[in-house]
Amino acid sequence: MPDTKIDNIDRKIILATQAGLPLTQNPYHDIADQTGLDPGIVMQRMKMMLERGVIRRIGVVPNHYRLGYRANGMSVWDVQDDKINELGKKIGALEYVSHCYHRPRYLPEWPYNLFAMVHGRDRESTEHHVKQIAGILGDAAHGYDILYSTRILKKTGLRI
Amino acid sequence: MMNKLDRAIINHLQGGMPVCEHPFAVVAMQLNITEDMLIERVQALLEDGTLSRFGPLYDVEKIGGIYSLIAMKVPVEGVNKVIPVINSYPEVAHNYERDHEFNLWFVVALDTEDRLPSLLVDIEERTGYRVYNMPKLDEYYVGLKFHA
Repeated sequence: MPDTKIDNIDRKIILATQAGLPLTQNPYHDIADQTGLDPGIVMQRMKMMLERGVIRRIGVVPNHYRLGYRANGMSVWDVQDDKINELGKKIGALEYVSHCYHRPRYLPEWPYNLFAMVHGRDRESTEHHVKQIAGILGDAAHGYDILYSTRILKKTGLRI
Repeated sequence: MMNKLDRAIINHLQGGMPVCEHPFAVVAMQLNITEDMLIERVQALLEDGTLSRFGPLYDVEKIGGIYSLIAMKVPVEGVNKVIPVINSYPEVAHNYERDHEFNLWFVVALDTEDRLPSLLVDIEERTGYRVYNMPKLDEYYVGLKFHA
């Protein structure tokens, strides 16, 4: 359930900034000009949205391939249901795991219920990380696979 | 190639853009460069593709919306027809091809949850392939930063 409401002012700001901020000395003033809002209001609302988690962060999003992380593997695991919460938290805490989720299985085609994105500079290092995960999961994991990305087909921000 | 300054900018700016009158000036001072130089480097890194975007990252779930991960199994001969159909939906935020029988993996972001079922039916009808909806049941970790 959503724990936050946004009003029309927030919505205007989201619409004006979801594709990015202008690269100018006073970007929040430019957003104020675009939306017809007072610059003070824009900044106050954006600070509030940061506090409430509506904005996760403000900054740059690097293309991780360009930073040298070329082997980006989605490791997927068939983990015993009664152990998944305890183990998922452990896997999520590993430094090379960027995202970790419990998701539904589609038996028999898709037996995997734990997803951990693993990033390495090459496949060898990614596979080394995955072996460590296998060691942590032990007998609670009945199988796994690694799905490497071969093409980024689309990557954009939120659109509302 | 990125130099030391570019790496420092990327590491610093992944979460550190303040909300104030002169945000670039504040960050530039911490990096010991001028405001104009910082703006110019961020612009250049966006243009050459090192950065994919700059600005606020919104969490659609906090405003009553949802994300879901969708997988599809599309045979090789069909994949180039299916990709543009999927990418044409503004609700599709990310789409990756992966080396597996389940080869297309995309994330949809919706401002209201009740639009998901009809969107999935629409994608199935337009592509002719089944979609496997894999919403998160639990989130154990979402990291936001990469070390440059």
